Amino acid sequence: MEHSLIGKRIQRKEDYRFLTGAGQYTDDVELPKQTFAAFVRSPHAHARLKSVNVEKAKKAPGVLAVYTGQDLADAKVGGLPCGWLITDVKGQPMKEPPYPVLAQGKVRHVGERVAVVIAETLEQARDAAERVEVDYEVLPAVVDAATAGRKPGIHEIAPDNTCYVWALGDKAAVDAAFSKASHVTTLEFVNNRLVPNAIEPRSANAAYSRADDGYTLYVANQNPHVERLLMTAFVLGLPESKVRVVAPDVGGGFGSKIYLYPEDHAVTWAAKKLNRPVKWTAERSESFLSDAHGRDHVTRAELALDKDGKFLAMRVKTTANLGAYLSTFASCIPTILYATLLAGQYTTPAIYCEVTAVFTNTAPVDAYRGAGRPEATYVVERLVETAAREMKMDPAELRRKNFIRQFPYQTPVALLYDTGDYEATLKAAQDLADVSNYEKRRAESLKRGKLRGLGYACYIEACGIAPSNIAGALGARAGLFEAGEIRVHPTGTVTVFTGSHAHGQGHETTFAQVVADRLGLPIEKVEVVHGDTSKILFGMGTYGSRSIAVGGTAIVKALDKVIAKGRKIAAHLLEAGEQDIEYENGTFKVAGTDRQKSFAEVAFAAYVPHNYPLDKLEPGLNENAFYDPTNFTFPAGSYVCEVEVDKETGATQIASFVAVDDFGKIINPMIVEGQVHGGLAQGIGQALTECTRYDSDGQLLTGSFSDYAIPRATDVPSFGLDTRETPCTHNPLGVKGCGEAGAIGAPAAVMNAITDALGVKDLAMPATSHTVWKKLQEKNHARV
Amino acid sequence: MRAFEYHRPANLKDAVALAEKKDEGRYLAGGQSLVQAMKLRLSAPTDLVDLNALQDLKALKVEPGAVTVGAMVRHAEVASSSSVLKTLPALAALAGQIGDRQVRHLGTIGGSLANNDPAADYPAAVLGLGATITTNKRKIEGDKFFKGLYETALQPGELITAVTFPVPKRAAYMKFKNPASRFAIVGVFVADFGGGNVRVGVTGAGPCAFRQSEMEQALKKNFAPDSVAGIKVSPDGLNNDLHASPEYRAHLITIMAKRAVEAALK
Repeated sequence: MEHSLIGKRIQRKEDYRFLTGAGQYTDDVELPKQTFAAFVRSPHAHARLKSVNVEKAKKAPGVLAVYTGQDLADAKVGGLPCGWLITDVKGQPMKEPPYPVLAQGKVRHVGERVAVVIAETLEQARDAAERVEVDYEVLPAVVDAATAGRKPGIHEIAPDNTCYVWALGDKAAVDAAFSKASHVTTLEFVNNRLVPNAIEPRSANAAYSRADDGYTLYVANQNPHVERLLMTAFVLGLPESKVRVVAPDVGGGFGSKIYLYPEDHAVTWAAKKLNRPVKWTAERSESFLSDAHGRDHVTRAELALDKDGKFLAMRVKTTANLGAYLSTFASCIPTILYATLLAGQYTTPAIYCEVTAVFTNTAPVDAYRGAGRPEATYVVERLVETAAREMKMDPAELRRKNFIRQFPYQTPVALLYDTGDYEATLKAAQDLADVSNYEKRRAESLKRGKLRGLGYACYIEACGIAPSNIAGALGARAGLFEAGEIRVHPTGTVTVFTGSHAHGQGHETTFAQVVADRLGLPIEKVEVVHGDTSKILFGMGTYGSRSIAVGGTAIVKALDKVIAKGRKIAAHLLEAGEQDIEYENGTFKVAGTDRQKSFAEVAFAAYVPHNYPLDKLEPGLNENAFYDPTNFTFPAGSYVCEVEVDKETGATQIASFVAVDDFGKIINPMIVEGQVHGGLAQGIGQALTECTRYDSDGQLLTGSFSDYAIPRATDVPSFGLDTRETPCTHNPLGVKGCGEAGAIGAPAAVMNAITDALGVKDLAMPATSHTVWKKLQEKNHARV
Repeated sequence: MRAFEYHRPANLKDAVALAEKKDEGRYLAGGQSLVQAMKLRLSAPTDLVDLNALQDLKALKVEPGAVTVGAMVRHAEVASSSSVLKTLPALAALAGQIGDRQVRHLGTIGGSLANNDPAADYPAAVLGLGATITTNKRKIEGDKFFKGLYETALQPGELITAVTFPVPKRAAYMKFKNPASRFAIVGVFVADFGGGNVRVGVTGAGPCAFRQSEMEQALKKNFAPDSVAGIKVSPDGLNNDLHASPEYRAHLITIMAKRAVEAALK
């Protein structure tokens, strides 16, 4: 196409709004007769509720209502459901303990909601919340995932605190391969728990209308239709048609805003009780305590190799901490989105992974940017790098020796990779990182008293979640298609309605580029609407880097229908056969002639059908489509990280970071770079700074930014980025998705570099200066 | 935050009178610690006496041999003042490392010292330079000001008005930052006044800032990095938290002192 918009660095349409403070976030929504909610939260990790006395709180100034778990139980409000059923190794369903909106009888993590106070002002609600008297009988807390199975159960249904033991792969084949291996590399490590920390905290503002018995919930959420479906069907028992969920501008999610949260349900239920809108916005400290956290695996991983370095088998045993309750998608993260990725970019013929998922008295754990795939990549890429060092081989060459080179490729862990070129990204990354001159840089660093190290990570991810039939067979309780609608207005401008949701990703620009490109229209003529169940027919939302691959394809399918109908209309107007009508650059043409009608003329004819084939065609130009993907997409890439470690203090600086990604076709390289930057920063944060620590009583020690270190600009280098493209073979745009890549690949690359610098086999994340210094001390003592 | 009465007196006398009259009154300087504590409901004064209208407390005076910083002078002003940069660059550099940009444009030296956070930066300079703290009532020697964790020599209602720093021959501050808060895990301020008068002030490591006399003695003999590089600081009594053990802090005191001497000599 002449004026293709695909691949253009078009400035983000939404940035004017965001940068000038014109965004409209949930907390900005002020409704008539607004009231405010404050939650009374448990200060204990595990305790029986002997009594909850709300009388003093009810009498406090401005208070309209105080509700406890008992009130919700009396009203038959249900618990929050889990969206994915995992079947354990014995064929039994996972344990699903009740996840109440407000605590029933017991609290199971610090920050769990015991009561909600609603008042005329926020400060009145908070003042009154302090007057709720709760008598707790404190119980011993289960905090450590590795030993949780041996502690008394925190849920009746799971006396050994085990939600499930699940496995994937051919154990016998793996054991056989290990028995004949010439080298086995073994690592034991913790994949550290992370707190997502979106800039915008969670927020919900619910209104009820007596006029139509309808609810409107504004909520900071990544998938408003899913929220509505689960809330109405499972928790509040309302007709879906009576509930409108709006996720307006949302300031970051990273997974943490996918889920059903108790607060959203409490304010929605209370809005009807009070017949007034009820708003709650998390304070940052509430976010730390009650947002779903990410990661938190304890893993033992082994790689078997032959004498030449060919991978023979991989064996992985992981304990995954699910926290106190099963968050909406918690069960599938350390299983379906983890073990299936353990082939990485390699031809490892046999892989076996066993996962024990446990409950503990900590905040629930669910998907966080990457969701299972960073954990898998960490396993694979730390093993491979360590194996190379142990076998005295070049780590890049060891990878090359084992790369998958023929596609499609069926892995031993259930995935079918459609395409990829791992050699291309690795070669490009090595060139961009100037690996051949690394030794010079290392010597120069050493002169300045700095230990330099280099680490690789060659990651793969499964995105474009997900083929519904496969997901269903694996336990998903929802479809994972996406919906899109193209509404052409009579004057030829276009509104795109998408079930994807943008919370920083720039869909309003990327999707407009796709539509404007396909229709041959200026991008200014295309608007993108998302995040409102009353406007959009349906949607499964945004997570797992699925928006362009699944949501974008739904839009393309709807566009195809628009163009097909447009050709029929044009054929009529041009008195030609439909088969002779071509559509190009915004114009319907009779092939081989100069007879043509513009897109706007055809749109006008569709809505003002004075000259129109009314006997054969309905008026209007408005099409929708559902798209269910036929496979996952498989973005992959190669990262090279160099670090410098200050020998005296242990402080680690990223000296350089190169990321070469294969996202398939790229719509807007600038937006993609932004996504990679953000992902890398979060991945570097996991590796270097982000530490979530509970004490043995289950108190969160890192509950504020004073102690929880998210990386700052000075913690990350200026990234060296490049891309290679092998287009996805099973969607029309050839796209794979890019949102999570950086967070998936970075931790392993950074830790491979630091362990190289220190000359040690392993080091715990986050590699803070203190951790590195202690490791150096150990090493120095060992040497003496 | 709980409700409170807000006062904005126009002069020092009124400010002190107001604070003394109220049971749970607090002075409000830059508000970078107090307001946060109030937002978390950890602090709930009944009255806030805002000092931001007190022009007398905003003077920054550089004289031969001494820099006097008014209690309400913001960190950013000290960091960027051309006369401080010329006369006592180590102090400007210290101020420029406090918190972040927003904090530096609101936070004040008086507020910081009165709060006496164990990891604040200014206390290292007060001890390292032997500053004098002037209040509405008296002058307090820097060495006698810091009494313990968040404890100072200030009496109830007593208000810092200015801090006077003697100008050394050479000095430097080295800070090892907490990765999250950017407070000092360890900060060491080293100053050489000549004639064997060397001072070493340490912050972040203990319950409050302190002088490191062993290093001072060593540097008196020879003001060189090697004089302190071999000194092993005892971890006894040093802070222990998520970010650093007492042993690590002890080690960092030596490293930061060595680097501060190096920087002072440059």
